[in-house]
Amino acid sequence: MSDFQQLALQLATQQQSPVWLNGLRAQAAVDWQKVIWPTRKTEHWKYTSLASLQKNVPAQWAVANDSWQQDVEFVAVDAHRLVFVNGIFDAASSSELPAEVVLFSQANIAQQAVIEQYLGKIVRGEQHVFATLNNAWMNEGIFVHVPRGQIFSRPVYVVHVSTMSTQPASVNQRLLVVLDENSQAEVIEHFVSTAERQNIFVNALTEIVVGDNAQLQHYRLHLEEENIQHVGAVHVNLLRNARMRGFTLALGSRLKRIDYQINHRGQGAELDLQGVYLPRNNQMVDYHTNVQHWVPHCTTNEVFRGIIADSAQAIFNGRIYIHPLAQKTLAELSNKNLLTSNKAEVNTKPELEIYADDVKCAHGATISQLSSTALYYLQSRGISRSEAEVMLSFGFINELLQQVAEPAVRDYLLPRLAVLFGRDQTLLEMAD
Amino acid sequence: MLRITNLFAKVEEKEILKGLNLTINAGEVHAIMGPNGAGKSTLGNVLSGRDGYEVTDGKIDFNDKDLFALSTEERAREGLFLAFQYPVEIPGVSNMEFLKASVDAKRKHHGQSELSAVEFMKLARETSKRVSLDQAFLKRGVNEGFSGGEKKRNEILQMMLLEPSLCILDETDSGLDIDALQIVANGVNEMRSPERSFIIVTHYQRLLDYIVPDFVHVLANGRIVKTGGKQLALELEEKGYAWLEEEAV
Repeated sequence: MSDFQQLALQLATQQQSPVWLNGLRAQAAVDWQKVIWPTRKTEHWKYTSLASLQKNVPAQWAVANDSWQQDVEFVAVDAHRLVFVNGIFDAASSSELPAEVVLFSQANIAQQAVIEQYLGKIVRGEQHVFATLNNAWMNEGIFVHVPRGQIFSRPVYVVHVSTMSTQPASVNQRLLVVLDENSQAEVIEHFVSTAERQNIFVNALTEIVVGDNAQLQHYRLHLEEENIQHVGAVHVNLLRNARMRGFTLALGSRLKRIDYQINHRGQGAELDLQGVYLPRNNQMVDYHTNVQHWVPHCTTNEVFRGIIADSAQAIFNGRIYIHPLAQKTLAELSNKNLLTSNKAEVNTKPELEIYADDVKCAHGATISQLSSTALYYLQSRGISRSEAEVMLSFGFINELLQQVAEPAVRDYLLPRLAVLFGRDQTLLEMAD
Repeated sequence: MLRITNLFAKVEEKEILKGLNLTINAGEVHAIMGPNGAGKSTLGNVLSGRDGYEVTDGKIDFNDKDLFALSTEERAREGLFLAFQYPVEIPGVSNMEFLKASVDAKRKHHGQSELSAVEFMKLARETSKRVSLDQAFLKRGVNEGFSGGEKKRNEILQMMLLEPSLCILDETDSGLDIDALQIVANGVNEMRSPERSFIIVTHYQRLLDYIVPDFVHVLANGRIVKTGGKQLALELEEKGYAWLEEEAV
């Protein structure tokens, strides 16, 4: 076992969790000891080093901290809000919750049964190293259950705040979302940090089931500052005629690795997934997506775009796997990257594996610099070269931002990203 | 306004302009006609300073300044405007933001303050009416999904907002139906003034029915081979260019 594995095991024993979760945790602790620690030779970790975790071991659990409010602004959305600070639930900053949204520790017997039915099951079998760790580390979690036929009128908004800790520290986050048949909901996950020098390692795992004819809008925003180390994953099962519209965004940091594992398990399921990554300075972002079509007549439309600046590094690995039974699949995957510096680096790998013969699939990845024709056009109107570069860079991701379905999320992101690109935000708002 | 003297220019090692001379005074409208490949678009690109167009000899004075000493953006701020034959689509950059950035760049260059968002919106809305462009086009990406006619009207809109002293229209009539052609021509005619000059680059005489030029030049083999009044355009329409090209060799 690596140093980190040893230490993680110790941390696991320090966690207190509801008794009914002990079985899952104990099994995970056993599995964790057998896990092969990823190195550069591990295919899915080829470009992402975990050396910083090994070097700067987050050897304790992060503790609550109340000096974060001035640094963190929430998405202005009328929502069921749950706020966690360094992994600890902050009731005062959270809103009153409906019966369908509970912490694991407060789940009633019926809810415990549903949690046990799904927790760790959606992720199972995919041998995700950090999912095993998340199971072993689990002390708490959020359970969102949308009962059959119900439509949540307000989004569920989960905010995870990371602050400075006296020593490098760890945080474990878990979210389970279950949409029963014919239900609808919107879930926003928002990771954010205070502006100080952060030293938190976050392991955040989300499991989602979208039931027959159910519809989910899901957002996962990774806006933490650059010293955060974040390993996160979203594992989803889509059942018959389920629809999921997902959007994810990540600023870079010292370690930021996000996996999406989405399974089409019921016929007629539809997935729309869009992502944006924006590493700068010496930051990195690594997105691994894996969409599996197990059954016929499902649709995937996946678009990721990244702008890599300065000496930053991005990794995008997008896989779509069409199993032999999955006839009449429609799947498209597009990944476009813009490098704005000679030192910026991207490793992109779209993978399409098709084992059915009657499918329509397309995939593509591009890496480019700004269009010289577009730059010339802007300059010919008096706009300086540097401003033109910024406008075009922002435009490259703004195309995706404009398609974000939740206006509150769009309104939150646009001005913040505009500032990142030095754009005039009042005009962006007015043009809207 | 503009004096081009003995201009030679290359594109990708191919000599396109070969000793071009042209003088344009304030308030004049000059049409430049000529066969394909004569160097008409090259002239526009050289004037606006596009990368890849290498000037090997000659000089251009623009409002008593050496044009080659100015960058593309400085030329624009000094009042040179090129309406593109193929306006560029830039998805994700709103037309409004683009227009404001260009107007502000020019204002700053001339020591004026930037317009507030409110002031600019008002100006942009009024101006877009003048070219019959729906306000919705201000919110869209620059030229994104615009029809050929909408793109050209957007060029004229930019011209009106920037109030240049020299306007170069590079085949603005290509791909336009009669209605759009009239809107574009009306826009240009509205802007004609004793302080403002125009270079209208076109293949066809048609546009010149609407924008009546003071001079018509024929550009062939990289040089102006004939200059005349507006009747010359009619003569060209009838006889084609071949007789002039033969003369020019």
